[in-house]
Amino acid sequence: MSEPCAIEARALSKHFGSLVAVDKLDLDVPRGRIYGFLGPNGCGKSTTIRMLCGLLTPTSGRATVLGIEVPGDAAALKARIGYMTQKFSLFGDMTNYENLQFIAEIYSYPRADRERRINELLERYDLADRRKQLAGTMSGGQKQRLALACAVLHKPDLLLLDEPTSAVDPQSRRDFWAKLFELAEAGTTILVSTHYMDEAERCHRLAILDRGVKVADGTPQELKENTGMHVVEVLADDPFAAQKLVDTVPGVVSVTQLGIRLRVLIPDSIEDPVERVAARLKQGNLAASATLSAAGLEDVFVAVTLKPERVAA
Amino acid sequence: MKNSLSRLGAIVRKEVRQLRRDRLTFGMVVGLPIIQMLLFGYAINTDVRNLKTAFADEADTHLSREFIANLKQSQVADVRYRSSSPAELEELLRQGRISIGVHIPRDFDRRIVDRERAAVHLLVDGSDPTILSVANQLRSMPVGFDSTPPAADSVGAVEVRPYYNPERRTPVNIVPGLMGIILTMTMMLFTAVAIVRERERGNLELLINTPVSSAELMIGKVIPYILIGMLQLALILGVGDLLFNVPVRGSIVDLYLAASLFIAANLALGLLISTLASTQFQAMQMTVFILLPSILLSGFMFPFDGMPRFAQLLGELLPTTHFIRLTRGIMLREAGIVELYPAVIALAAFAAVALTLAASRFSKRLD
Ligand SMILES: Nc1ncnc2c1ncn2[C@@H]1O[C@H](COP(=O)(O)OP(=O)(O)OP(=O)(O)O)[C@@H](O)[C@H]1O
Ligand SMILES: [Mg+2]
Repeated sequence: MSEPCAIEARALSKHFGSLVAVDKLDLDVPRGRIYGFLGPNGCGKSTTIRMLCGLLTPTSGRATVLGIEVPGDAAALKARIGYMTQKFSLFGDMTNYENLQFIAEIYSYPRADRERRINELLERYDLADRRKQLAGTMSGGQKQRLALACAVLHKPDLLLLDEPTSAVDPQSRRDFWAKLFELAEAGTTILVSTHYMDEAERCHRLAILDRGVKVADGTPQELKENTGMHVVEVLADDPFAAQKLVDTVPGVVSVTQLGIRLRVLIPDSIEDPVERVAARLKQGNLAASATLSAAGLEDVFVAVTLKPERVAA
Repeated sequence: MKNSLSRLGAIVRKEVRQLRRDRLTFGMVVGLPIIQMLLFGYAINTDVRNLKTAFADEADTHLSREFIANLKQSQVADVRYRSSSPAELEELLRQGRISIGVHIPRDFDRRIVDRERAAVHLLVDGSDPTILSVANQLRSMPVGFDSTPPAADSVGAVEVRPYYNPERRTPVNIVPGLMGIILTMTMMLFTAVAIVRERERGNLELLINTPVSSAELMIGKVIPYILIGMLQLALILGVGDLLFNVPVRGSIVDLYLAASLFIAANLALGLLISTLASTQFQAMQMTVFILLPSILLSGFMFPFDGMPRFAQLLGELLPTTHFIRLTRGIMLREAGIVELYPAVIALAAFAAVALTLAASRFSKRLD
């Protein structure tokens, strides 16, 4: 089998009535990689993932997942995909062990090896001393670990994780990602949607979605290098006043406040961005400094999800 | 195939496991039939005393006089008249001056001894269900020489002959009808809610993304409820027999066959509801929407023949109506299931249509 990409989508669209949830999406997810899906609420991340695993029928366009056309004979595909829903979808009134056991039975995991596999997963996902706890009574992070354990139980080639770490503390998130890297290392392709920049940063590749449209696609490094924007960082004693002032500088498309710092985005077609900003600050008699800065993913995100009218102005 | 069966098994086990943990539902499964039986059964049975009675003692022996004395003592019968013939008893009954007529035939003593035929005939005004039930209590009244207690398996000494409309709304009739109502309620509601709940909780999104097929999922979810239905049926029959002396005159196998068909129809309906409702609340509303006419128009509450034409037509569209015809026929009239084929066909057609509709609507997709 020579499948260049784990997921290949062409002009994939999904309409809900008049709402276009996903708009002509092209996607190439290489094998054995962690591919990130970044985008604001309602931009179509979950909808895309659901189309990819055959839960939703695309309005138009096509996609192949692990070399299999979707939607189509999904049954063959299901056995090779692990899907972790955005909302906890395991059985709250069953214990962790019972949930895993159920998943093992549903996926027809070899009977002889079942017990060992379940114990291994309980161990690896830190649930060993909670095997008899009802899943519904666990904390958010514990539930996510159980959900991941269930999603990987049948050793899928492709993992689709829909915001697996929402409501998880930073430490647990780091642990969670360590597990993802382990899996990727072992050859599993992972598509993961997220709102967190630090997570996006860890992906091998990522796509940014905005209102159903893919607005950026590449490695985090590529994305940061190709924002098409200058990033000017302003340090000000009164950042609030500075923001109001900088906002009026011609060419500025976005000002984001981070504590006493401002991140100012100016299209790179405009010359001398720092001077422009500094001049305006000086005019306003504000104690502030402006320096050119390298773009971070946050800046990329802001830049690509800007309202179109703002960019045109 | 082997995998398919093991997946089916997994769904069934999961369902049973969850059901066991769900105390309330589990309690409903057992409690509901019993409570309903007690409510309906006793609401109608209690405090029936001093029924106006007349007797015609054609034997006039020591034994027959003793029987009449016992009857007087029982407080149930208020013996008012003494008639000379059964014809006179019928006359009194028709006039409404008595509710029970006791006819003791000339060969009373012999009948008591050889126990081939009923020794006493009770002529009962069957238009009132309470009276018929009381008359049924009288059946167990001991008759005979003090030294020979009646054998349990012998023909009863007293034979009740319900007059006028023996089929209508007797307490005995309540149980076969109640069986239909209870099964409708639990079967339809449990299945509908069991599936809608999984959709509400998001479990369905996980389930449909596993190799489990729609058929496995639907069948797996329904099997435990079939067993529950059978359990409830046994409970109702047990309570009916123990407390209300409701017999199953016909074949118990036929009764269970009829019940299986009826349960299938209700489960299919429950599945259909689950594909229409998006919340448990909606599922419950839809169940009530079907349950209410099932109680009112199926012949359970009011005699079917007495209903207006339009109500009868609606009633014909409810599986409960057909099931009650079957249970009353089998349990009370000793009819075989084959004789009652129109109701059987109606139930089968109902199950098939509902199942087809449900299956066509129940897809492994979210949209
Ligand atoms: N079944 C549906 N019917 C109608 N509209 C829907 C449906 N599912 C999703 N949508 C709409 O499609 C859009 C995309 O939704 P989606 O759930 O894919 O967003 P998302 O990127 O996952 O958002 P979030 O980050 O909040 O999870 C939203 O505007 C949503 O309201
Ligand atoms: Mg989402």
